[in-house]
Amino acid sequence: MTMRVIRPGLLTTVQDTGRYGYQKHGVIVSGAMDPFAHRAANLLVGNRDSDATLEMTLIGAALEFTEDALIAICGADLSPTIDGVPVPLWKPVWVKKGTVLESGGCRFGARSYLAVAGGIQVPVVMNSRSTYLRAGIGGHEGRPLRAGDVLKSGPLPEQSALMIRHLRTHAEEGAFVPAEWGIGPELLPMYESQPVIRAIRGSQWDWFAADSQEAFFSQPFRVTPQSDRMGYRLEGPVLSLVRQTELISEAVSFGTVQVPAEGKPIVLLADRQTTGGYPKIAQIASVDLPLIAQTKPGDVIRFVEISRAEAEALLLDRECSIRQAKLGIQFKLA
Amino acid sequence: MKVHVEPLGDHAVVVRFGTSIDPHIHGQVKQFSASLEQDPLPGMVEYIPAYATVTIFYDPVAVYERNKGWQRTDGGSRPPFSPYEWYCGQIRERLNSLGEAAPASGRVVKIPVLYGGEVGPDLGEVARHNNLTEQEVIETHASGDYQVYMIGFAPGFPYIGGMPEKIATPRRQSPRLSIPAGSVGIAGKQTGIYPLETPGGWQIIGRTPLRLFRPEADPPSLLQAGDRVRFVPVTEEEFRAYEEGSA
Repeated sequence: MTMRVIRPGLLTTVQDTGRYGYQKHGVIVSGAMDPFAHRAANLLVGNRDSDATLEMTLIGAALEFTEDALIAICGADLSPTIDGVPVPLWKPVWVKKGTVLESGGCRFGARSYLAVAGGIQVPVVMNSRSTYLRAGIGGHEGRPLRAGDVLKSGPLPEQSALMIRHLRTHAEEGAFVPAEWGIGPELLPMYESQPVIRAIRGSQWDWFAADSQEAFFSQPFRVTPQSDRMGYRLEGPVLSLVRQTELISEAVSFGTVQVPAEGKPIVLLADRQTTGGYPKIAQIASVDLPLIAQTKPGDVIRFVEISRAEAEALLLDRECSIRQAKLGIQFKLA
Repeated sequence: MKVHVEPLGDHAVVVRFGTSIDPHIHGQVKQFSASLEQDPLPGMVEYIPAYATVTIFYDPVAVYERNKGWQRTDGGSRPPFSPYEWYCGQIRERLNSLGEAAPASGRVVKIPVLYGGEVGPDLGEVARHNNLTEQEVIETHASGDYQVYMIGFAPGFPYIGGMPEKIATPRRQSPRLSIPAGSVGIAGKQTGIYPLETPGGWQIIGRTPLRLFRPEADPPSLLQAGDRVRFVPVTEEEFRAYEEGSA
């Protein structure tokens, strides 16, 4: 399958589950900002979790399918249409050759993932297809997509071929055929424009003043315009330390909330640096990373404290549900 | 200090050997890292060594699966098991199996540097700040016994310790918007090398023709944590010759 970029949208990049194994050399992880939506889109078209998708930001790309394709769109609702007809999210969709996928306004969220059966084929750099913008490596020529780019997908997985056969039998005159089933709302993270995000105490929690600790888990914070794939800067109550202690740099992670001297928290996200020297007040539970990834400047978020054990249990329960959904899909195709 | 083990969220563990920049503490970091490199723990994704810590990233799902499998059926409950607790046990076991940390050895990497002039615009400022001549700053910087403590901030960026106090200089009042790749800088008592063109506030005293970040190579970073570094002053012609040789 191939597709041609007519308009690239605001920031459209090739991403996968991230570039792991090279952080000790200072190479950042990158990868999808919303790992759940990325994975769901791949699952719906029969791909592996690690296959590459397109991450579209706020304003989606216009893409022409120059061959028939099996796709799924998950995450933000950027009002996608194919040849002018609205396309459902969170479902496999069989698309006919010569049609054009476009986006309208952003109805919900910030990042939308387009998976194509076979995965987006770009060279693997250090075990990953993710785009690392600052170093100009990975993804499509190490950069965001531009008009005129042509993208290819890899060989069709067996399950994708089954899905296509299944959907084609229902094909009528339209430009595309969605499946009758998909990822149900009960499986989705609690996406909201004002989400409540569960987090555990960070390594330097004890360094913060009692009123700052209390404010962090009770007051609202606003996502500022200084927010991108590297991190979100938040505006809210100023968080202060009991005393200024210097932290020597150590590793940070996806969802680390660090607080520089001026007291405004920064949430580190997919394109975070590998190490940091600011005190860490909290760490977002992995299951809630999709919630913050789908907020945009101006949105208001709140943090609520859970224990490390709870965060772990939530992650394992989410995995159970995804694996059951996967089995359900296989059952439908059998 | 006793080794402290703590969670970094639900998918990583920080192993803390101390809280200061100290060659002995870093020796333990190196020893533990070498052990992980040689024999990775089960379910380990990767590890990040820093000054006094090693952070291990693991896959909680893989760890769970390895110990419990996924036998949950509809309506049934998942057998309780904590990948974190299990991982801490594995880490403790590994730490106990290690002997005394060997004194720092590591390979020595020579870094040719063209000091001053256009490529080292802050050499004069470093000299003024420390009441030295530019030549004295160069000689001092090139005579130091340096150790790479960690790679971070940018791909291949070395945090180098051991610079003589007498050329220590605070960061610039306002950072430069763009510092060329290869620039050698000073920030307080630290010295470092910029692998990519980035904004930055360090005092730039020279430039190396070596490429510190090599995405096509394995490993992609010229320097590794634990390496020892020696700066070697070169002339403009020698600098050019290096550049052409590596092109």
